[in-house]
Amino acid sequence: MTVVFFQVTLGLYFLGTVAFLICLVRRSEALSKIALGLAGLGFLTHTVALALQLWSGDELKWVTFQKALSFFSWSLVLVFLGAAIRQHLQVLGSFILPLAFLSLVSTAILPAEAPVLHPMFQGVWVHVTLSMLGTVGFAVAFVAGLMYLMQERLLKSKQFNVLSFKLPPLDFLDRLNQQSILLGFPFLTLGILTGAISAQITLGAYLSWNPEQIWALITWGFYLIVLMGRVTVGWRAKKAAYLTIVGFAGVLLTFLGVILKSSGASVS
Amino acid sequence: MHIITVGLSHKTAPVELRELLVVPDSRMGEALSRLRTYPGVKEGMLLQTCNRVEVYAVVDQVESGFSAIQEFLVDSHLSLSAEQLLPHLYWHSGERTISHLFRVTASLDSMVVGEPQILGQVKEAFRLALTHNTSGIILNKLVKKAISVGKRVRTETRIAENAVSVSYAAVELAKKVFGYLSARTVMLVGAGEMAKLAAQHLVNHGVRQVLLTTRDPGRARTVANRFQGLPIPFEEFRGDMAKADIVICSTGASHYLITAEDVQRAIRERKNRPIFLIDVSVPRNIDPAVRDVDNAFLFDIDDLEMHVEQNREERRAESVKAEAIANEEVDVIQKWLQSLVATPTIVALRKRVEEIKQAELEKALNRLCTLSDQDRETVEGLASGIVNKLIHGSLVALKSAAQSSNGSIYIDAARRFYDLDMSENAQGGDSRSSTPPRFSDQAKLNPSPDQVEVSPSVNPKISHESKK
Repeated sequence: MTVVFFQVTLGLYFLGTVAFLICLVRRSEALSKIALGLAGLGFLTHTVALALQLWSGDELKWVTFQKALSFFSWSLVLVFLGAAIRQHLQVLGSFILPLAFLSLVSTAILPAEAPVLHPMFQGVWVHVTLSMLGTVGFAVAFVAGLMYLMQERLLKSKQFNVLSFKLPPLDFLDRLNQQSILLGFPFLTLGILTGAISAQITLGAYLSWNPEQIWALITWGFYLIVLMGRVTVGWRAKKAAYLTIVGFAGVLLTFLGVILKSSGASVS
Repeated sequence: MHIITVGLSHKTAPVELRELLVVPDSRMGEALSRLRTYPGVKEGMLLQTCNRVEVYAVVDQVESGFSAIQEFLVDSHLSLSAEQLLPHLYWHSGERTISHLFRVTASLDSMVVGEPQILGQVKEAFRLALTHNTSGIILNKLVKKAISVGKRVRTETRIAENAVSVSYAAVELAKKVFGYLSARTVMLVGAGEMAKLAAQHLVNHGVRQVLLTTRDPGRARTVANRFQGLPIPFEEFRGDMAKADIVICSTGASHYLITAEDVQRAIRERKNRPIFLIDVSVPRNIDPAVRDVDNAFLFDIDDLEMHVEQNREERRAESVKAEAIANEEVDVIQKWLQSLVATPTIVALRKRVEEIKQAELEKALNRLCTLSDQDRETVEGLASGIVNKLIHGSLVALKSAAQSSNGSIYIDAARRFYDLDMSENAQGGDSRSSTPPRFSDQAKLNPSPDQVEVSPSVNPKISHESKK
């Protein structure tokens, strides 16, 4: 049953992604409503799928990387729907929904479910949830940075097309960038702390210098510097946009680290 | 009943003539009431903007209605002769009047297609007509529909979306960078006309502070006063550039006043906050190399004009959609109007059969004086039943035929079959049969001296159909 819901969600996210991408280059109120409807419907089936999984109880809550990614995708769509309904930021969908779709697809492509951490420790889901929420913040910052660079390029080259009309003003994107990092950062900090504690409980050491932990720490430090840089030397606007895009690459490498570690762990 | 319009607009008359025809606000009541006194004029509304003067009226006969309105326009101003006025007028009746009003309200007939003020001006004209009781059932429905068409066109098409003037384009582009302009500061370097206009638009959009510099300190103070701005010495403006989010340059200098280094320094001081520069001077005063500075956005007069031209192109494309909306709504009103045509006949028909029924019932009941109350009710019910069933088909046919093109044939037939004209005439109640007086062409256009003269000055309250 859960699988069916996931597949329906995947289908809806895919259609939503296509619709939102077309919305970027074509002006159509109807299409934009359809796209939002698809995302909303996908979010509902996704919620049902996650709830079913949670209550089935046959597995530990978020402890597999697949489930974590699925939760990440769900939170992204939640954030987008909130922004679209409350702030009329429909255009975010053209960037966030593809990201949500890709992360959900990767759960299906990735090798068979392997636990992130030793299942003996029941509280591990707290670590995963917090880290994922932090990642959602960075993903939104990444999207804002991407949109900033696109809008900046369009303004510099004096191209006034549908895309430049739809993208929000630069100042707004810069603030969205900053606020998303500000929201994501505390979650990641707590995620790393709880991760260290779980490592201490299950493996007997806070830090075992595996690729996942190293990249997590590098990412954390990087975003800390980005935040400090904005306040002290004015790393904002275009620079901030570039930095958050690079930072998100760090996040993706952390994910890669998790996959490598899980495959290693499942062997041991 | 016919709907007609007579008027002139920027398309048919020069401004010198248009301004002569404008009736000042203080005279509107009198003018509207006078409009109703012309023979055959049942309802009237006077729409005036600086680009048009139009009278919409409901009249008995189209031809005499045209003459009456024409006469009204000439009478409204003594120094204007019929010969001067006639070549500039246009006349519409029926469906074309409806379509014209819808197009006007949707700003499709405006000098700048998509301009926002005409809708308010139509609303005001309608309000005045209501206040002075010159708008009745037909104009009420028509003008309300026109206003809704105007709104629909604005929400469903992008006809009024983008700037079509260079000075307004500056605001639009500034918004692309800053979003809200409320906490922003703008610096004017030089005080050319276009720069002042752009600054005014920016202030209207909430810009917080205006800094101003010109070579002549006295002039700087004068212009600064206009925007409640702060004059700064010309020699020092580069140092203050970091305070400005928007810089508008329009001096007569023949060299670059602002270089890439100046902008770079300002942006450094602003901790990389973007700066938006507009150069409307020719020759240019801002070094084009500024384009390559990060977080600086430079637009010169050509860029702005290109932007405006694109927007105009888009408005033209959108006006096709707007025309379609207006046409669609014309049909709706047309059907309603046609259904109105049948109403007097339907009323007369009901009245006629009711009279026959009552008369026959009276005769019969007088003879049947032994009937109980219950029996009387049965007989009355029988009569009503027969009559209602007999005319039901005719009423339905009339109602539906009224909305088709051959409605008048049905109405005419019904009036003859049921002898309605005869019976109404017998009662002396037929307004249809009275022919409105006709005017001889010359006599009607010579204003009589006792008619009120309307001041030739343009009403200052009538704002321009804006060039937004």
